[in-house]
Amino acid sequence: MVDHAALENDQPLLVATSLSKSFGRIAACRDVSFALYPGEVVAIVGESGSGKSTLLQLLSGQLAASGGHVSYRMRDGVARDLATLGEAERRFLYRTDWGFVHQDPAQGLRMAVSAGANVGERLMAVGWNHYGRIRETASDWLTRVEIDTARIDDAPRTYSGGMRQRLQIARNLVTEPRLVFMDEPTGGLDVSVQARLLDLLRSLVAELHLAVIIVTHDLAVARLLSHRVMVMKGGRVIETGLTDQVLDDPREPYTQLLVSSILPP
Amino acid sequence: MNAPAYNFAYLDEQTKRMIRRAILKAIAIPGYQVPFASREMPMPYGWGTGGVQVTAAILGPADVLKVIDQGSDDTTNAISIRKFFAKTAGVATTTATDEATVIQTRHRIPEATLHANQVLVYQVPIPEPLRFLEPRETETRRMHALAEYGLMHVKLYEDIARFGHIATAYAYPVKVNARYVMDPSPTPKFDNPKMDNCPALQLFGAGREKRIYAIPPYTKVVSLDFEDHPFEPYRFNAPCALCGAENSYLDEIVTDDKGGRMFVCSDTDYCESRQAAGHHGSLSAAPYKEKAQGGTNG
Repeated sequence: MVDHAALENDQPLLVATSLSKSFGRIAACRDVSFALYPGEVVAIVGESGSGKSTLLQLLSGQLAASGGHVSYRMRDGVARDLATLGEAERRFLYRTDWGFVHQDPAQGLRMAVSAGANVGERLMAVGWNHYGRIRETASDWLTRVEIDTARIDDAPRTYSGGMRQRLQIARNLVTEPRLVFMDEPTGGLDVSVQARLLDLLRSLVAELHLAVIIVTHDLAVARLLSHRVMVMKGGRVIETGLTDQVLDDPREPYTQLLVSSILPP
Repeated sequence: MNAPAYNFAYLDEQTKRMIRRAILKAIAIPGYQVPFASREMPMPYGWGTGGVQVTAAILGPADVLKVIDQGSDDTTNAISIRKFFAKTAGVATTTATDEATVIQTRHRIPEATLHANQVLVYQVPIPEPLRFLEPRETETRRMHALAEYGLMHVKLYEDIARFGHIATAYAYPVKVNARYVMDPSPTPKFDNPKMDNCPALQLFGAGREKRIYAIPPYTKVVSLDFEDHPFEPYRFNAPCALCGAENSYLDEIVTDDKGGRMFVCSDTDYCESRQAAGHHGSLSAAPYKEKAQGGTNG
């Protein structure tokens, strides 16, 4: 049994093979290949327009690639090409085994329905039909993301930015996904709230053994959360490696520029 | 002007064929909203333009038409639609549920049991049950296509979280034939069980939203709920003040400004036929008493 679990972790969860995407003459993403293993956090960094978000959309199957493919190992252990999944399967994957944390919580939350229902929605979507249990699970998750359970019936539009982001995380994690995509999860938050959120994310990722692909332009976020970093420029991955290695000893001139442009605290 | 100015039942034959095709498709896929090219009707949207078009398309010269509005045969809406078809189609009209072959309704299902030779035509303002939860039409269509109905339970969840019970009292979502979730139009949820396994054909027309949907006879219709908060039809806990009925859907009528109120059947035909059969409620004489207060008899 132990061997079996070890074997599970030995196989990549998601494999991208020479992914590319062009919008007309503009190549937004060129020949990107990498593998993501269970429990691993990979940060994609780079400046605006470097193709980070396009890559994230390709990996999460929201955008059809112009070339290459992405395969994902489903819960039954079979790796499937995302492009061959039917829409129903893809959407099912989206609300069970995957999570997607948007930069703007309003995109990932239903702002007009209560926090409890926001967290419970995925459960109801997979057939939970017992109000008491749904509510119990929802309040459990609110506690885990440090939201006061007394506010379970308040709509997220009454929440602060940091709370909204934490609620979005709870909503995504409630079905215990194995892979979470994050697009600038700390964007737009002030520094102390960012720190708290990062702290929370780090403990949840470790606790739930989540694989995460996080897109960020903030190298501090990459340093705190990720195990590996991919640096993108002009649609290409120009440097990749362990986080501390890339950030402390950058090889490419562009990466050196990125690292050196962080203001000293 | 002696020549008839209208085709039979107002709409031209091509339009009726178009609507009939939509109806046939709707019957073939129970609960599925079929788009159709809804026409302008000589009445404002919200007054039953969808229901009127469906009725016009299915009406034959031998049909007997009944029109009800909130259960009543004698409100403005019901009377004008009845007159409209009496004039443009020359069909017989009735207020008796039993005698009618086509019943156009707004917000109620008659109390009397429907039979196999009847068609119930609903006027529908908003056909999309997911509308207020998901504003994008492209998204709701996809959700129907993939039978992703978790969101519908979010609405019920919200009800319980706020009010402690499922407070949706009308337009209570149902699942038709174990596939499509459907808005039964703003009928009270009291009427939902009547839709299940009903011998009559049920057609729904939404004029403004340009949708037709249907429940074929003897189709399973289940009201959505939670295991620990099951569906319960709601009814005021009182007998009808006029006919004493204990199991009909009641309207609450405020009778004075001192908190006085009476509960009467919303289905007027049901109430009148019960009274004619000798049933009486506690306030059967109330209307006469009011007349006396007006000063005619002193």
